[in-house]
Amino acid sequence: MDLTFTPEEIAFRDEVRTFFREALPADIHKKMAEGHHVGKEDIVTWQRILNEKGWAVPHWPVEHGGTGWGPMKQYIFQEEMQRTPAPSPLQFGVFMVGPVIYTFGNDAQKAQFLPRIANIDDWWCQGFSEPGSGSDLASLRTSAKRNGDHFVVNGQKTWTTLAQYADWIFCLVRTNPEAEKKQQGISFVLIDMKTPGIDVRPIQTIDGGHEVNEVFFDDVRVPVENLVGEENRGWDYAKFLLGNERTNIARVGVSKQRLERIRALAAQVSENDRPLIEAPWFREKLAATEIELKALEMTQLRVVAADAKRGNKGQPDPASSILKIKGSQIQQATTDLLMDVVGPFALPFQEGEDDFSNEMPIAPVWAGPAAPTYFNWRKISIYGGSNEIQKNIIAKAILGL
Amino acid sequence: MDFDLNDEQRLLKESVERLTTDRYAFETRGKVMAAEPGWSAQMWGQYAELGLLALPFSSDHGGMDGGPVETMIVMEAFGKALTLEPFFTTVVLSGGFLRHGASDDQKAALIPQIADGSLKLAFAQTEKQSRYDLFDVAATARRDGDGFVIDGAKSVVLHGDSAGKFIVTARTGGERRYKGGIGVFIVDADASGVSRRGYRTQDGHRAAEVLFESVRVGADAVVGDPDDGFPLVERVVDEAIAALCAEAVGAMERMHELTVDYLKVRKQFGVPIGKFQVLQHAAADMFVALEQARSMTMLATMMCQDEDAAARRSALSAAKVQVGKSGKFVGETAIQLHGGVGMTMEFPVGHYFKRTTMIDATFGNAEHHLARIAGGASLIAA
Repeated sequence: MDLTFTPEEIAFRDEVRTFFREALPADIHKKMAEGHHVGKEDIVTWQRILNEKGWAVPHWPVEHGGTGWGPMKQYIFQEEMQRTPAPSPLQFGVFMVGPVIYTFGNDAQKAQFLPRIANIDDWWCQGFSEPGSGSDLASLRTSAKRNGDHFVVNGQKTWTTLAQYADWIFCLVRTNPEAEKKQQGISFVLIDMKTPGIDVRPIQTIDGGHEVNEVFFDDVRVPVENLVGEENRGWDYAKFLLGNERTNIARVGVSKQRLERIRALAAQVSENDRPLIEAPWFREKLAATEIELKALEMTQLRVVAADAKRGNKGQPDPASSILKIKGSQIQQATTDLLMDVVGPFALPFQEGEDDFSNEMPIAPVWAGPAAPTYFNWRKISIYGGSNEIQKNIIAKAILGL
Repeated sequence: MDFDLNDEQRLLKESVERLTTDRYAFETRGKVMAAEPGWSAQMWGQYAELGLLALPFSSDHGGMDGGPVETMIVMEAFGKALTLEPFFTTVVLSGGFLRHGASDDQKAALIPQIADGSLKLAFAQTEKQSRYDLFDVAATARRDGDGFVIDGAKSVVLHGDSAGKFIVTARTGGERRYKGGIGVFIVDADASGVSRRGYRTQDGHRAAEVLFESVRVGADAVVGDPDDGFPLVERVVDEAIAALCAEAVGAMERMHELTVDYLKVRKQFGVPIGKFQVLQHAAADMFVALEQARSMTMLATMMCQDEDAAARRSALSAAKVQVGKSGKFVGETAIQLHGGVGMTMEFPVGHYFKRTTMIDATFGNAEHHLARIAGGASLIAA
């Protein structure tokens, strides 16, 4: 056993950390550090800076622009990006559809899409969930009927994150309604969002934000060359994609950055005429969260180290369900701690306030995102396979129940 | 970064687990526990034969040069088997004082006797008022010629009833809660002025109340600096905490296995109860708690010899919090999922629960260590 990074890994961490600090534009860093939303432009700007450096898609195969780093370096890279904090790349491109295309797509698809994903020339969104298909994803009903050299797609997708910006959507569609098992009649298709018959409608979430959408398909004609892999094998590709999603879900670096900020802010506000950071109840709550996070970090490193030993080839470790469960709980705990820090200033709804406003301030600007983030981050234990689904996975795959 | 054992360590794990599986069945343990001295002299001999009693000591004194990982392996196996012998108090705890504080003469005299199984030791530290504060020492050691005279009462001295010698903390100077002025002494159990009352603990181990009345010891009884022994005490207790965490992880792992096995065989409403999702999720939650405790035990094991005392203490406290919380959750859930049979002495699961509960109450429970972390710097280093 040896729980230290090698000198090479430490040098790599320092190199990555220095680059992120120097290359991330100051305005984006400020938004990230203060917990505000970053917009499409910020994500695109940062992705192109990374692409320029050759670090846009480090986990991809080298022939498609990857770096050839092993799992430990990938982990360090992600953790440093989260701690900077810099915007995470758009998941749907680099972590979801990209790996599906280079693993199961044909050469024309690889040539057409992969470089544009790396440089975020195309904004991708994910068409999996439907109103009637959440955790039971394989029950999906959006249909694709073959008509000459096109599929004709009809149905509805929902919870489609940032579809309002999307150029493309990757969809699971039912191509064989007669299949014996519902998983067997599903295909994975790529659809241009400009195709006639597509309608995107916003869903407002409880924090007041607009992240997710409904996407309606009404006789949408999709060329057959946009089918990925084999017809009716889409469920396998989706499982592959969701497995990739879970390896990156603990977001230890995000929680570290948030706890550091919470500690700093708690020194600036007071309770009983003393800094909140000196209140024993607050210190214990903060310490308990830090201990949970430390344990999660060690568990994450165990999974990464095991991955590295296996040569990063195998299926994702079912133990990664632990990462999803604890990772989401701890991220949510950080939003709760920030609510403790802001106290009464959680109340005002601050719409687009900034430091340069001439209006009379209604609360410290830094308090603005606390409540919306607390509300918004309830999603983390729901998406990517809800925590209850993760417990089903543990019960079946690990405990054999 | 590597979380795996090397080949020699795997071999050690296999041989200890084979020994306990072959020789320490639950029924055997019950008989040992019910009889005097409350642990098995025969098993003690087996441990000596296997080299376990020499494990952490330097080969200069007949030891096996094992480190914290080797101790973790043995303690985890002992946790799975719920062994009763005074391995922790003799080899880990008292052995720690010898390794980190004793003179060459002391080591040469005592370590071979520990290794061959003839000498048991116990750490006489806790006092009625001290709770978990290692520096809260009312017992005194008054200078007398070139020796000392020790007076004081020590409580819950683990395996103090069968110890041939005690490692005793006593004050050579300063007020009761002063961190300086604490000395560490080796005292013969049959020295004039030592009396003790042995008893059983909740988890079937043994302990004693020990009284020291004008006990005279020579200069050769002092371990380390008689006026500044506290850093030594902290260091040894940190290693001991890492070892206890490993024992608790072994016990939690068994509780989890026993519970999952039970869910598969116990039928109600015509199906194994493990088919019920509410019980599956409880078992999954136990698994998460167990693995988080295992992760922190690995950290504690790697940090327990760190020279940076502040970083070491905070990592060990964090581990003790996680293991305490996980142990409580895994134990309480294990009993609940077993239902009525989990409440009986006849079933093993309750015995594991009692052991993890007592481990939490030893050298600082989860709340004590949480308060310590809360009082210090952030755990999240850059």
